[in-house]
Amino acid sequence: MDGIEHRLRGLLRGEKRMIAQIISAVENDCAQGLLQNIFPYTGRAYHVGITGPPGAGKSTLVNAVAKQFLQQGKKIGIIAVDPSSPFSGGALLGDRVRMTDLAAHRDVFIRSMASRGSLGGLARTTKDAALVLDAAGMDYVLIETIGVGQVELDIAGVCDTTVVVLVPESGDSIQAMKAGLLEIADILVVNKSDRDGSERLVMELKFAMEMREREPDWEYPILMTTATEEKGIGQLVIALQAHIDHLSMTGKLEEQRKAKLLHHVHELVEQKIRSHLEENVMHEHDLRTLVDRIYRRRLDPYRVAERIARKIVKGSR
Amino acid sequence: MKRAKWDAKFKACRERDIDFSTVSGLPVRPLYTPADIAGFEHDRDLGYPGEFPYVRGVQTSMYRGRLWTMRQFSGFGTAGDTNRRYKYLLKHGQTGLSVAFDFPTLYGRDSDDPFARGEVGKCGVAIDSLQDMETLFSSIPLDKISTSMTINPPAAMLLAMYIAVGEKQKLPAHILTGTIQNDMLKEYQAQKTWIYPPEPSLKIIADILEYCAERVPRWNTISISGYHIREAGSTAVQELAFTLKNGFTYVERGISAGLPVDKFAPRLSFFFNAHLDFFEEIAKYRAARRIWAHTMRDKYGAQDPRSYLMRFHTQTAGCTLTAQQPENNIVRTAYQALSAVLGGTQSLHTNSMDESYALPTEKAVKIALRTQQLLAYETGVPNTIDPMAGSYYVEALTNELEREAYKYFEKIDKMGGVIPAIEKGYFQKEISRSAYSYQVALERQRKHHVGVNIFTEDEKPAIETLKIPPAVEKVQIAKLRRLRRERNNQRVKEKLRLLRKAAKDGENLMPRILDCVRAYATLGEMCSTLKEEYGVYREPIIF
Amino acid sequence: MERKIRVLVGKPGLDGHDRGAKVVAAALRDAGMEVIYTGLHQTCESIVDAAIQEDVQVVGLSILSGAHMTILPRILKLLKTRKAGDMIVIGGGIIPADDAKKLEKMGVRRLFGPGTPTVEIVDWIRANAGKVGKSGKVGKSGKVPRHQTVKKKKATAVARWRKKK
Ligand SMILES: Nc1nc2c(ncn2[C@@H]2O[C@H](COP(=O)(O)OP(=O)(O)OP(=O)(O)O)[C@@H](O)[C@H]2O)c(=O)[nH]1
Ligand SMILES: [Mg+2]
Repeated sequence: MDGIEHRLRGLLRGEKRMIAQIISAVENDCAQGLLQNIFPYTGRAYHVGITGPPGAGKSTLVNAVAKQFLQQGKKIGIIAVDPSSPFSGGALLGDRVRMTDLAAHRDVFIRSMASRGSLGGLARTTKDAALVLDAAGMDYVLIETIGVGQVELDIAGVCDTTVVVLVPESGDSIQAMKAGLLEIADILVVNKSDRDGSERLVMELKFAMEMREREPDWEYPILMTTATEEKGIGQLVIALQAHIDHLSMTGKLEEQRKAKLLHHVHELVEQKIRSHLEENVMHEHDLRTLVDRIYRRRLDPYRVAERIARKIVKGSR
Repeated sequence: MKRAKWDAKFKACRERDIDFSTVSGLPVRPLYTPADIAGFEHDRDLGYPGEFPYVRGVQTSMYRGRLWTMRQFSGFGTAGDTNRRYKYLLKHGQTGLSVAFDFPTLYGRDSDDPFARGEVGKCGVAIDSLQDMETLFSSIPLDKISTSMTINPPAAMLLAMYIAVGEKQKLPAHILTGTIQNDMLKEYQAQKTWIYPPEPSLKIIADILEYCAERVPRWNTISISGYHIREAGSTAVQELAFTLKNGFTYVERGISAGLPVDKFAPRLSFFFNAHLDFFEEIAKYRAARRIWAHTMRDKYGAQDPRSYLMRFHTQTAGCTLTAQQPENNIVRTAYQALSAVLGGTQSLHTNSMDESYALPTEKAVKIALRTQQLLAYETGVPNTIDPMAGSYYVEALTNELEREAYKYFEKIDKMGGVIPAIEKGYFQKEISRSAYSYQVALERQRKHHVGVNIFTEDEKPAIETLKIPPAVEKVQIAKLRRLRRERNNQRVKEKLRLLRKAAKDGENLMPRILDCVRAYATLGEMCSTLKEEYGVYREPIIF
Repeated sequence: MERKIRVLVGKPGLDGHDRGAKVVAAALRDAGMEVIYTGLHQTCESIVDAAIQEDVQVVGLSILSGAHMTILPRILKLLKTRKAGDMIVIGGGIIPADDAKKLEKMGVRRLFGPGTPTVEIVDWIRANAGKVGKSGKVGKSGKVPRHQTVKKKKATAVARWRKKK
């Protein structure tokens, strides 16, 4: 299809309008064919996730980090995810406000995404959008999640390196977060270190990180930054590069990426099966009537599932 | 007849299908009686005019002694254009000047700055240097008038220019009277005109407080403004609470800069909005006076009664003007003006009917001024002091607004004060939410705005507006370039270097700024010099 | 159902009166649109950059400073030179009738005066941006939108299915 050809060419040339339109298509689930064609050109960029509670300074930090990468002559793609309203489905996307320094730079592409009902801190299509930026020739793709609590941890499954940003105010909730956020951090950042309590937080984090399961050969740096003043950003950039080196030297990069690809394939298969189920085997409302009967204890869920699964297998053969 | 009986009778009546609440959303009961102000004691709760806690007014004789100052805000085009308008206003009986600057000036940028493109002289007068200021006040003796300047981040520079114009007229600074707005906190919260981050901005404000206490003692150093908070969409309670809390923040800054509170507090003044809800507005001004007096005495230990006085300027609400049926604005403004006068304002600006289109024409300004003169000379309203006192409704509402304001103070304190709350986007969010819910109420017909969502007409209003010729920008830029060629640039450079150094060393900036001004450094040059030292502000989360 | 409508709400120039822009942004969100808010004091260039990268269908600009005759034409021109002339540009603020006429001639699709009910803006955007633009974002030919409709329905069904899980 020459439509695809044409768009692919534009994308590989790094044309911003084309990149943007392709991401829209991805977001709207109409880019299957295109993604297949794009995929061979991906795998070059490093994907860095930035996550943390609301207002921790993620966007400001992304802005500062991107600036340093730019100075090294790198190309930067940024995806910033904000929540969609569960009521209207609309969203106000405001992360860009913190990145106005960058927007006009030739080598930067910033895209805001709404989570569109997805609950893991990213949108369902964020991963594919990141691939689009990868193919467009970005050296780094920085992904900012929505402000998260303990459960919105999809980011770790998408990125090579996950940076968790905390602020002194979040000190009280460390215990609560131990189970979640700290588990996925490769690098910890205590931002707003101009505020009181940041040193204490660093201490607490050190302690908490001792308790968690850790990989050998990686020290899990805990850094202090003041993103608004671009303080401590140099160290963060060094830590990011160190983590990448660590991953590639230990072979973890390949291992990790393969695991993620496997996961991705699983996800896609699951999605396929679901749509297949919906379209060819059993429609939602048939399923509802079945459920009705299960509810009355005429049927049981185990047998129903078994039967549907068999039907799916037969149908797709 | 007993109350219960009346209640029952009233319940049986049908009410109109609207929200019976103030424009800010405070519920309003059908009837107020002594029961609504139980425990009310006149002498303690209101006091006499000019006496603590000043609810009935800040002067003993109020408008029996002197009417409020009629002060129409104006400025447009070049300094020469505005100078002509000032002379016109003074001729028609205006008693004080109020300078409106254009956007580039408000942001401390010169007329040839790329950001100024298309904005020079549009919404106010363009001032680039002392030279423009000299033209602005040419043949207006500064000892005969008081001048209010609506200027915030570059307030220090404009004040310095005013002082320098005084010098040229052979007038010492200590006799100059006037006001600079100089209220940065509400800029971060509502009006969004900023250059530097909050901390250095407050440092400059403290410099001005200190300098003026010594050298320009009759100058009102900060006009703590609720007006813009309200225009940005806040409720009356938010306007009241945020403004006063900002005021207290400045007081704390002055004190921690080592100034005795009574040395600078008497020069703080306020600026409020006069919005649609007549009684709510009156209650707002009265509550404000009581809160200020109590807090200054009891919390900050002020002893000079002048520190307890909340003097304020009022402007009718620009955001309530309608583009539809513009003549209605004359009447709307008149009601608002009446509430300000019943609330005991010290000075008043009445908006012109055409201001939702453009800067006002001469004719529209004259009608607006006449509106005040009618109020002052025909209605009899100023004949007695605080005539609303004792109204069950007004007193109850005054108490309620006061209570609600204290609740906000507590919330803000919990966040660590005004600046942390600004950084969290607290005020911005509160204000946006109020603005949005008001809009929703309008669209659902729960609230009404005549000509907008009720009694609308299909019309193409044919109204004459003031046009600023595009040539203004060219003229102003040419003038600026000539100045840069002709002045002693060596001297300018040296003075700017000293300014930068003073900023670095944390010295009081005012004397350095005055030196720069005298050397004809431009506003943009001075502000960029400070930007290098202080950095620039970025707005926090927004919704 | 068509694809999600994305709108950029921008405040070019120096004026800081963002009340209108924010009210409109909130109303568009509540109408189910995705709104990219640029923040205050933006240059025309940065607004156009944002519009392109965010791939919005509509660029809405609020201007209350009187600089509309400088800013709006500039935005139109920049969009054109960046091959995004198909984006719909609308404006809000205080714009005198004769200026409005000129601007509409230049290609500003619609100007909303003060006091416009937000529903009117929502409806207008739905009517005009709901259609797939000629940018071909969704693919080619008339088949595509139908395909897309199927996908959309499916996605929600899947979501429901998932929730029940
Ligand atoms: N004092 C201080 N403030 C900071 C710092 N970094 C960011 N901020 C401020 O914190 C606020 C939030 O910053 P953002 O970058 O928007 O935070 P975020 O984590 O992206 O927020 P969401 O995307 O809404 O979750 C802004 O007002 C920033 O200016 C810092 O290092 N010190
Ligand atoms: Mg963010």
